[in-house]
Amino acid sequence: MAVFLEKKNILITGIAVAFLVIVIRLFNVQIIDKSYRINADNNALKYETRYPARGLILDRNGDIIVGNKITYDIMVTPVEVEAFDTLQFCKILSIDTSFVKEKFRDYKLYRRKVGFQTLTFLKQVSNEQYNMFIEQLYKFPGFSAIPRLARTYPFNAGGNLLGYVSEVDANYLKRNPSYKMGDYAGKTGMEEAYEELLKGEKGYTIYLRDAHNRIKEHYEQGQYDKTAVKGADVVTTIDAHLQAYGETLMKNKVGSLVAIEPSTGEILTMVSSPGINVNQLAEINKHYKDIVADPYKPMFNRVVMSPQPPGSVFKLVNGLIGLQENVVTVDTKYPCHRGYTVGNLTVGCHNHPSPLNFYQSIMMSCNAYYCYLFRSIMDNPKYSNIREAFLKWSEYVKSLGFGTKLGSDIPSEQAGQMPTVEKYDRLHGKGRWRSLSIISLSIGQGEIGCTPLHLANFAATLANRGYYYTPHLQKDTQDTPIEDKYKARHYTMIDTANFSKVVEGMYLAVNGGPGATARSAALEGIEVCGKTGTAQNPHGDDHSVFICFAPKDNPKIAVVAYIENGGFGATWAVPIASLLVEKYLKDSIAPERAWMEQRVLEGNLLNKVKIKR
Amino acid sequence: MNHSLYRKLDWMLIFCYLILVIFGWMNVYASVSGEESRIFDFSTKYGMHLIWIASAFIIATLILFAIPPKLYTVFAWWFYVIVVLMLFAVIFVGVEVNGSKSWFALGPLRLQPAEFSKIATSVALAVLMGKYGYKFNHFPDAINALTVIGLPMLLIVMEKETGSALVYLGFLFVMYREGMSGWVLIYGLMSILLFIITLIFSPFIAVLTSIGILTILIGAQSRQFFKYLMIGIAVIIVLGLLPEFLDIKAIAAINPLDANSWIVILTAPVALFLLIRSMYKRNKIMRKYMLAFLCGICIIFSVDFVFDNILQDHQRARIETLFGMKEDLMGVGYNVHQSLIAIGSGGFGGKGFLNGTQTRFDFVPEQSTDFIFCTIGEEWGFLGTMSVIIIYLIMLVRILNSAEKQKDAYIRIYGYCVASCLFMHVFINIGMTIGLMPVIGIPLPFLSYGGSSLWAFTILLFIYIRLDLERWR
Repeated sequence: MAVFLEKKNILITGIAVAFLVIVIRLFNVQIIDKSYRINADNNALKYETRYPARGLILDRNGDIIVGNKITYDIMVTPVEVEAFDTLQFCKILSIDTSFVKEKFRDYKLYRRKVGFQTLTFLKQVSNEQYNMFIEQLYKFPGFSAIPRLARTYPFNAGGNLLGYVSEVDANYLKRNPSYKMGDYAGKTGMEEAYEELLKGEKGYTIYLRDAHNRIKEHYEQGQYDKTAVKGADVVTTIDAHLQAYGETLMKNKVGSLVAIEPSTGEILTMVSSPGINVNQLAEINKHYKDIVADPYKPMFNRVVMSPQPPGSVFKLVNGLIGLQENVVTVDTKYPCHRGYTVGNLTVGCHNHPSPLNFYQSIMMSCNAYYCYLFRSIMDNPKYSNIREAFLKWSEYVKSLGFGTKLGSDIPSEQAGQMPTVEKYDRLHGKGRWRSLSIISLSIGQGEIGCTPLHLANFAATLANRGYYYTPHLQKDTQDTPIEDKYKARHYTMIDTANFSKVVEGMYLAVNGGPGATARSAALEGIEVCGKTGTAQNPHGDDHSVFICFAPKDNPKIAVVAYIENGGFGATWAVPIASLLVEKYLKDSIAPERAWMEQRVLEGNLLNKVKIKR
Repeated sequence: MNHSLYRKLDWMLIFCYLILVIFGWMNVYASVSGEESRIFDFSTKYGMHLIWIASAFIIATLILFAIPPKLYTVFAWWFYVIVVLMLFAVIFVGVEVNGSKSWFALGPLRLQPAEFSKIATSVALAVLMGKYGYKFNHFPDAINALTVIGLPMLLIVMEKETGSALVYLGFLFVMYREGMSGWVLIYGLMSILLFIITLIFSPFIAVLTSIGILTILIGAQSRQFFKYLMIGIAVIIVLGLLPEFLDIKAIAAINPLDANSWIVILTAPVALFLLIRSMYKRNKIMRKYMLAFLCGICIIFSVDFVFDNILQDHQRARIETLFGMKEDLMGVGYNVHQSLIAIGSGGFGGKGFLNGTQTRFDFVPEQSTDFIFCTIGEEWGFLGTMSVIIIYLIMLVRILNSAEKQKDAYIRIYGYCVASCLFMHVFINIGMTIGLMPVIGIPLPFLSYGGSSLWAFTILLFIYIRLDLERWR
């Protein structure tokens, strides 16, 4: 019996100890630790968020490209809502009753999560609707309206480039925990790239609540309130007027038009066509479905996301490498009889005098010349086999920026495609490929893909005779300095002297008289240098390509026009790029070139583009 | 029936019960009432709870005066089988509430069989173990008892009501009283301790801790306490320096294992050797503790596996929050954080009835059911929480004391079952609201809102109060 009693007492002791632990903890929580009381006060305080004005986006000349305007958000505190006239409510805000029903079904479903919170009910209501709503507000308890800033776009330009701002979604919140439901954030383009600078800092006003959840007063006369801090203005390198002009030139064409200031790497114009209309940007939610459904994919920034074969423009690259490797000099001549033929392989060429020297080969864009040249590079006895020669060639190409991400501040930049030894080993068998197997690289076809930004950067490198600055969209200012990487020169593996020789050829291609491929790019009083390209396209008409810079000495602008399905380089890319150059350097189009401008503005290539569905 | 018998009714227990139930209703009222509330509005929770309380009183009266106590012993196994069948059926036809399928829906009424299974299990266990000649030390007898407990427990786990199933562990106390070795409880507690230490610190620290505890235990049972203590301290210091030693650059460069692995490599063979030697030398004490140590090592190194693979996500998250391994005030930690704020803000005297800002604004979820203790803490302060705990303590001690005085073994065992269930519910529930336990959704006896829970505890308690009268016959 004694033993049994002992067990009971042990159990009672155990219970007592367990309860003692609880008592100690309660004593600590309720009496010693004061922090819980302060937290409770915080729960009883109502923080009303003050949203900051988002920073403006200015162009390089100080013009506002993205501004702010006031719209109104309709807010709701579900627990305070009582029965109301849904029909009138919907009429004022021009919404469907089903929308209201759905919203309230959700609030009911998630009532535990919603609690006493105030949520956004309807976004971006117009001024008139707001006024009507405020008049009738007494009929809708639980609802309120708060002013919100929305974006405006004074220039009708830069849809893709600028990007849009929209309310953050669950996914975004997961990746960026510092945001809260109902915040807005830049989602694409510059709005995304410079979100940190543009967003500013939220503030709040604190109100005190009593036990009946009524707002009593300003907490401590507002001394703990925090004012919102306006976002910083970001100055872009874009020239708004030039951008707008570029977009009118690209209207009804599919492709890219990019202009860079070679001496800084600043992007002056960046058009991806067709793009998003800026009028749709401010109310992106309303138009989002249409934009996504558009078969021409206006959201797709072709400038950085669409690698394509460069075509004859790439001859300049092979020319530079040939000179650097000493397999060719400016006096080297090669014959061409409407093409290059070895065995049963023929690379066709157009009708032009023969033989040509190095300068003339660029001027007239001779395919045969570059077949010879490319084979000399690949079969250079300096290297023990083609594999080594090819790797060296790849190194040169990469040093020009191709096949790499340049590191610009444009979101979603692509690296493009570079052929690799492994790829050819797979294609032809290891060690079983020759210079002839990869001959299409000589004229920029085959396994190479570069984005228009790569080509623009290459044009700037040519203008600088051997180096480039990473292209960027943010202008260096005192308040918002750019990263150092945008201020560093990137040298290529090719000597300045060799660049000068290639540039000479480009000069002739525009100003060389009969046989020159880009004569229509010539401008009165300005020495333009350029190179056309016609990229073969198995899916339809060839792509029309042109890179150029001007003036020849002290270049101010380097341009690439990549017009998909535009045919010969000279057909569309040359006039579009040269009009942009003229506009930038001369501010207006010369009367004798007005016909050309007219033709470009009226040109419509959309029906030539095969739409992938 | 003999009227004088009822003068012997345990009025103290009934009085405690009434206080708790009425206090519970006040707090349910406080936590759900709005500005204009009418007590008899039956569309509200406090209105409904009034109905539950009234019906619970009727049930209690019936148990005390109408139902002959013989009924429980005669129909014990019928009740048990019916409850087990219900537990089984609810898995298939039950409605899902908060992720667990444990409720029957009968029109507007909802019934949770898991709450009632405790009564049937207690009665069945009492009848089984109270039989003449039952001996817990007899292996088949022990297995029978464990099966009676294990079956409903398993079904409740299958309903995803892990919290309610944990309450069944309380029956171990009953078995302890009826002859199970106390070491089972001690080893159980130590396993939990090792689990926690491993989780918070590391397997390394957990192994060191178990060495420390074991040397003290071995020392205490031998005549050379200091000798063993010295050996223990020396071993711990040497092994404690292991990480430092492994940190030396020259050694770190060639060492492929971490301290956690090394300590096992160093200690396990020694323990194994001592175990074999103790078997050879018939040293029972040494054998027991070396076995315990090796089991401990197994537990320590299965912690990661159990934690990552066996526990479900929400359980893992609750444990991580409990030990502060993860701060997640908006997610899993929200309930407990808000609950602590509510209780803590009550201070010594509380904010007064209906004046709690935290509980009235719905900061604490489930506050009328599982988190009712918050309302008490906030509005009644330390005085209120203390009173509630003291009332529970009085009830528990009273039940255990009177249980020991029973002539019938089965009434004694039933009394222990009642006390164990009460204790488990109280400790887990309050522990959860003040952050001592992971969030386990079980109600606070007599206080929480809810018909099933109130009815079940009323029946559980009043059967005992009625049976208790039998000793005066």
